[in-house]
Amino acid sequence: MSLLLEPSPQQIKDDKIYQEMGLKDEEFAMVEKILGRAPNYTETGVFSVMWSEHCSYKHSKVLLKKFPSKGERVLQGPGEGAGIVDIGDGQAVAFKMESHNHPSAIEPYQGAATGVGGILRDVFSMGAKPIALMNSLRFGELQSARGRYLFEEVVAGIAGYGNCVGVPTVGGEVQFDPCYEGNPLMNAMCVGLIDHKDIQKGVAEGTGNTVMYVGASTGKDGIHGATFASEELSEESESKRPSVQVGDPFMEKLLLEACLELVQLDSLVGIQDMGAAGLASSSSEMASKAGFGIEMDLDKVPQREKDMTPYEMMLSESQERMLLVVKKGHEQEVRNICDRWGLYAAEVGRVTEEQTLRLLHQNEVVAEIPADALAEEAPVYHPESIEHAAFTKNQQIKETVFHIDDPKKTLIDLLQQPTIASKEWIYDQYDYMVQTNTVVQPGSDAAVLRVRDKNKALAMTTDSNSRFIYLDPETGGKIAVAESARNIVCSGGIPLGLTDCLNYGNPENPEIYWQLEKSTDGMSAACETLETPVIGGNVSLYNETKAGAVYPTPVVGMVGLIENLEHITTQSFKQAGDAVYVIGETTPDFGGSELQKLLEGDISGKAPSLDLELEKHRQNQVLEAIRAGLVQSAHDLAEGGLGVAIAESLMDTGLGATVTISEEVATDLFSETQSRFLVSVPAHKKKSFQKMVPDARYLGTVTNDSQLEVYEQSGEIVLQAKVDELEDAWKGAIPCLVKSRD
Amino acid sequence: MKFAVIVFPGSNCDNDMYYAIEEGLEEEIDKVWYTETDVSKYDAILLPGGFSYGDYLRSGAIARFAPVMESVIEEADKGKPVLGVCNGFQVLLEARLLPGAMQRNKDLKFICRPTELIVENDQTGFTNAYEIGESVTIPVAHGEGNYYCDEQTLKELQRNKQIVFTYRNDINGSTANIAGIVNEQGNVLGMMPHPERATSDLLGSADGLKLFKSMLKHWRESYVLTP
Repeated sequence: MSLLLEPSPQQIKDDKIYQEMGLKDEEFAMVEKILGRAPNYTETGVFSVMWSEHCSYKHSKVLLKKFPSKGERVLQGPGEGAGIVDIGDGQAVAFKMESHNHPSAIEPYQGAATGVGGILRDVFSMGAKPIALMNSLRFGELQSARGRYLFEEVVAGIAGYGNCVGVPTVGGEVQFDPCYEGNPLMNAMCVGLIDHKDIQKGVAEGTGNTVMYVGASTGKDGIHGATFASEELSEESESKRPSVQVGDPFMEKLLLEACLELVQLDSLVGIQDMGAAGLASSSSEMASKAGFGIEMDLDKVPQREKDMTPYEMMLSESQERMLLVVKKGHEQEVRNICDRWGLYAAEVGRVTEEQTLRLLHQNEVVAEIPADALAEEAPVYHPESIEHAAFTKNQQIKETVFHIDDPKKTLIDLLQQPTIASKEWIYDQYDYMVQTNTVVQPGSDAAVLRVRDKNKALAMTTDSNSRFIYLDPETGGKIAVAESARNIVCSGGIPLGLTDCLNYGNPENPEIYWQLEKSTDGMSAACETLETPVIGGNVSLYNETKAGAVYPTPVVGMVGLIENLEHITTQSFKQAGDAVYVIGETTPDFGGSELQKLLEGDISGKAPSLDLELEKHRQNQVLEAIRAGLVQSAHDLAEGGLGVAIAESLMDTGLGATVTISEEVATDLFSETQSRFLVSVPAHKKKSFQKMVPDARYLGTVTNDSQLEVYEQSGEIVLQAKVDELEDAWKGAIPCLVKSRD
Repeated sequence: MKFAVIVFPGSNCDNDMYYAIEEGLEEEIDKVWYTETDVSKYDAILLPGGFSYGDYLRSGAIARFAPVMESVIEEADKGKPVLGVCNGFQVLLEARLLPGAMQRNKDLKFICRPTELIVENDQTGFTNAYEIGESVTIPVAHGEGNYYCDEQTLKELQRNKQIVFTYRNDINGSTANIAGIVNEQGNVLGMMPHPERATSDLLGSADGLKLFKSMLKHWRESYVLTP
């Protein structure tokens, strides 16, 4: 739309044009009150994106505030590009996770690629060097052609972007369930390393300082991307494909290198990514955080095409751009660095005392808005909350105990479930080794990266079992946090903190809001007990289609510190003769389990319960045993229970195992009771281990015959399988499903 | 011995190469920016992996015209060791310092995994620390590593013993499972696998370090020990 065709303030008001941009009547009234007049077209656009759910968290803010976000090690909590946690030696780790669900639903390759690009910028805008990428993905079943298309393209998009930028994609998780068919989830996490002295903030301080624009030019792509992300997906969503940005990982690589040099400049005052809502959000947030204003001359913004309007420039979500504030008179230092990397570095404005975002275009003031009104004063909603009918119903279902005729067949069937099956087909496409720090590659409980020149390492994981959260949001929320911490502990690390991505349906539906409320309550409780503060994150609501909402899916991204390289532990058995133990009692917990889904085709009943104090106690025990050098391998018991965990510990090792279980075969092998670990211990350290973990139950030994043999106490054999057979089933499942073309 | 690792816009394994030499081999190395025009002071030149210029045209097709390449080609012609890994190999092909071309992997997907290679020639200045027929584990990470050459070129490569590494199994569709070749003179090696990623057991393999040790040994023998 050219400037001349833009509707007048009166028309915007009379014809309710603001509604198309996502503003409600009462919100528009608030805007009028703030400005003391009706907003013009540009101002209406800027308000609508800044007050979208994606930017303002207006439906979730109240709940987010409940998360514990403080801790001894926390250097930067929520509110900046990424949270930062101290790891000693003057170093810290910066990390954040963000969703790119809606874009990935309609343009999966670019949606996923730009999701990766955005999260990288959030981390390097803090001054941190990105050292790892992770992701958490949800798709419909791979039996559907659409499901396969979204799956393959999302994976390719993540690979295409991350590989080119040269940041290793070291791990992640993926689950398949019909509820994600029309609305897949794509959550990307980035972890960066930073020295304390280099930590940056996105602030526009100091009257007269210069606002500079660095990176790619601004085009018409991604306009209203944040608004689009804040509504349900429908058949018309396909027409919103122009709301999806297009990524240029080569530009990102140049921008990354340039920014890591820029943050070393003493004259740099603040820096922030132009992510969702582009120039509108970066400028207003930087000004608001610092208590200053910004005056920007839009004619100076590098533009990809002629005659762009202020509205388009402010709302564009063109990728690979950064906004900087530099001390007046030092602009040339920025230009020198950017020139070397072949990047634009334009002076687009200045910091003002008056706390206003003022935009000039062709010598006219085209917008004048209090910066706080955009960044801080979005309406906050306390939506109605009603217990979800599915929860009420599922709580009344009596516990099922399954009986299995052929445990070997059941184990093989479970290993072939895409959620359990080997994800090699995926991570084979990710460069997970570039930067040469990856010690534990994808496939174990957590990825582990060494910290160069130090005798320490970082463990990282992403987790969420949304089936449990659907059945019981509060318990499921606890499980999501606990399982992440369990994965970190199994790798030999101390959990440091977490970032989260809260993926839910429409919060204006009271049942959905109830899920959000209960699950975040559960997460908060787990964070308190496990001492893992939430240092940042992202909320993605309106994940629903005509067919309904996705399962409530709060994804947890956790980072842990391994204080000595000797503590690094993986899930694989190491040596024949080692003793195998399970830590934690097993009860029949099949609600939401893989076995239930396999046998009944759907999930129902109660989620497994979780005792947080017990969880903490067991995690401490395992970590203590690992640090004492008593443990050869450690694996948390998750989807598919003990049977699957033992099989996974045998994959690619050439080893076998002989174990004895109780008479309750289905429960012992496949129940998904929480707070359990599978560990192997060298034969000569059994005594010390048992002393340290007295409640560990001895199961048997690791053997060298590449066979899995499971016996009952009576001595009767329950299951005998060649590890090759298990491995073929486990590794073949996803490639086989992807190849099917019906 | 003094190494240069060339940094093109979009190179992303330059640091890995740098550490492999500095920490693994414990020799000197400089990062040399693509706009430099003289690399004659270095004893060996390394072209790193990555996505030079985004690889938006053909891998390596633009980097071959970078200002620094004229001097690299000059030094290669003089017999100085030049090693191109992954994108570096692609650049060497585009610069015609090595014969053949790269296609997309046969499955049309990027692949990243530790890979078993066979040392086919242990008489080069890059492989003298290995033994012929030796099996080594070095990772690959590429989308366009499907090496192609015509039959006549293949025969010449075989006759001149220019094939230095092959893949134990066909992973990307390369002609004759070729993973790395040298030029006729033997001083320019291009390979898709990343020896700089296999320089410590902590990272899964130290088999790649022998390649850099071979370069050092060769340099000592050629320039230091013989008068």
